[in-house]
Amino acid sequence: MVLARSAVQPRPAVAVTRRRQGLGLVVCLGVLAVVCLLSIALGTRNISLGTVWDAFWHYTDTDDQAIVRDLRVPRTVLGLLAGVAFGLSGAVIQAVTRNPLADTQILGVNSGAGLFVVFAVGVLGLTDLSQYLWFGFAGVAFALTLVYLLGSVGRAGATPIRLTLAGVALGAVLDGVSSGIRLVRPRAFDYLRFWDVGTLAGRPMQVATTILPFIVAGTLLALLVARSLNAVALGDDLARSLGASIARTRVLAMVSVMLLAGAATAAVGPIGFIGLMIPHVVRWIVGTDQRWIFVYTVVCSPILLLLADIVGRLVVRPGELRVGIVTAFVGAPVLIWWIRRTRVSAQ
Amino acid sequence: MSRTGASGVDFGRRVVVVRPVGRLPVRPAVVCLALGLAALAIGVLALSTGELSIPPADVLRALAGEGSGAYRLVVVEWRLPRVLLALLLGVALGLSGAIFQALTRNPLGSPDVIGFNTGAYTGVLVVTVYVGTGYYLVAAGALVGGLATAAAVYLLAFKRGVQGFRLIIVGIAVSAVLGSVNQWFIIKVNLQAALAAAIWGQGSLNGLGWGQVVPVAIGVGLLCVVLLGYGPRLALLEMGEDAAAALGVRVEATRLAYLIIGVALIAVATAAAGPISFVALAAPQLAQRLTRTPGIALVPSAAMGAFLLTLSDWLAQRAFAPTQLPVGVVTVSVGGLYFGWLLIRQGRAQ
Repeated sequence: MVLARSAVQPRPAVAVTRRRQGLGLVVCLGVLAVVCLLSIALGTRNISLGTVWDAFWHYTDTDDQAIVRDLRVPRTVLGLLAGVAFGLSGAVIQAVTRNPLADTQILGVNSGAGLFVVFAVGVLGLTDLSQYLWFGFAGVAFALTLVYLLGSVGRAGATPIRLTLAGVALGAVLDGVSSGIRLVRPRAFDYLRFWDVGTLAGRPMQVATTILPFIVAGTLLALLVARSLNAVALGDDLARSLGASIARTRVLAMVSVMLLAGAATAAVGPIGFIGLMIPHVVRWIVGTDQRWIFVYTVVCSPILLLLADIVGRLVVRPGELRVGIVTAFVGAPVLIWWIRRTRVSAQ
Repeated sequence: MSRTGASGVDFGRRVVVVRPVGRLPVRPAVVCLALGLAALAIGVLALSTGELSIPPADVLRALAGEGSGAYRLVVVEWRLPRVLLALLLGVALGLSGAIFQALTRNPLGSPDVIGFNTGAYTGVLVVTVYVGTGYYLVAAGALVGGLATAAAVYLLAFKRGVQGFRLIIVGIAVSAVLGSVNQWFIIKVNLQAALAAAIWGQGSLNGLGWGQVVPVAIGVGLLCVVLLGYGPRLALLEMGEDAAAALGVRVEATRLAYLIIGVALIAVATAAAGPISFVALAAPQLAQRLTRTPGIALVPSAAMGAFLLTLSDWLAQRAFAPTQLPVGVVTVSVGGLYFGWLLIRQGRAQ
């Protein structure tokens, strides 16, 4: 009897934590819905929620309704997708490299996309988004494949530290080449200084629908390997003895990063801060279980991106600030406030 | 030596013990020596090649103060300061990177962690946009921007002491904000100003002379002396805060001192030549892999930094001559390729 009780006793505590985390998730989803509505309603020209409703259900082709349908909705959908992709890819990279400082920059993602887009714009002379979108994607795939191969040479395989250093080394080489091209081709430099910042503006709905399948696939893959990543977090030896296939977990995780970061970077440019910040904040809320971290990240990342986009539209009306610039201004104070009030460590 | 009191009991008074330098580990010593010699050899090569090639024998003669006046002018007045700066700044960057990686116990730790380079860039952009260009103006802007950012990060992270991880997170947050400010400037100003700032942002030794060598040499020399005075405490800190405290290190004060030294080293380098990337990040890791020391070691990192920067600067001058690349473009390529090769070789050897 005593034995049975001691085995059962921890359950209520787990259940309470689960319930609290589930409730928190519902709250976050509510916030996300409100932010989405605000993103559709607010801007250079504010539109009442009634008009937004009519634009969906009683479309009569007024100016305001056209703005909602043709500009605000595609922008919000793209922000939603890109937010999920940047945040989740950051969380996956931090789990794979076991380094809380890692983000897409560290694995050479931005450098690969940057180099290929520099090549497309500076050497081939493309200027249309729909043309070089695929170059950005190919650049990310190229960089991540090389990083993985470079990091997994030898019998030890792709240990977190080797993966990190391989990413840093390769990213540096790619960056060097692309800044070399930029400095000798001022036209490419001029074009790319805008691409570098990242923006949600001026993307037609088609861009969002193009990247949708990649982001859905990447998200599902990430959630699928979350459990194995929990085992990997304990260290390679322990994970192996728990029956996790380390190599397969890493490859699948890298593929999910490739799909997520590749699609998002190609569509809106490199926006770095989200993938670093959201997983941190989420980890302080939900603990170390990657499954909860990933789910919370999926919900919270678009909140930050869309909020930053709204702020960017409102502060300098009638102009706007690009979302890549505003993200850090919105997120950083929260991050600093949080780290000052909590007593947390790296994991 | 110790004295015994009247009672004949040895109380073990405070004594000065001069120990011999102990066993000098062979492999690190050999690696340091080889890197130093290689850096010097590349230095001589850089002195002898250029628009006017001068045979190495004549270079050495000119350095000794002999030989023809024209050779002396080219070698000593024009080329030597640049080579000396590459050596000195390489040492500064290598040491600074080693300090930050040991303090943060993270191979991604670099002076950028505390936001110095981003802040320096902001300072330079503000100066070039609102005040004007000119070497000393830009250097001053970089110094003020970088130091102010580092101080702000330290103060924001301070709460009954600075816990290492909190420092990193605050540094990331502040860097992200300043990085956004920089991007805003870059897309706001005209193409000419943006290009000029971007070239500064790569770091370059073009057009530097004796006027820069003297202050840099004094700065780096003084900081090295201070660093020597702190002895092995960095290695103790790297073992963890509790372990270091148990071994008698005043953790908070020592960490602040090392932070100040590390920031001062990177400040000297950035003010002189702009933010030369990657040397501070790669040199300690490369040195550790070559010397096979368990932790981050200062002297090999410095030697590796000097070697990397001298080699990169020579390549930046000569690779696409007469086009002169900013040295930062080359450091990332050379350092990155070398890093990749080393990773592959290490993987095979395991």
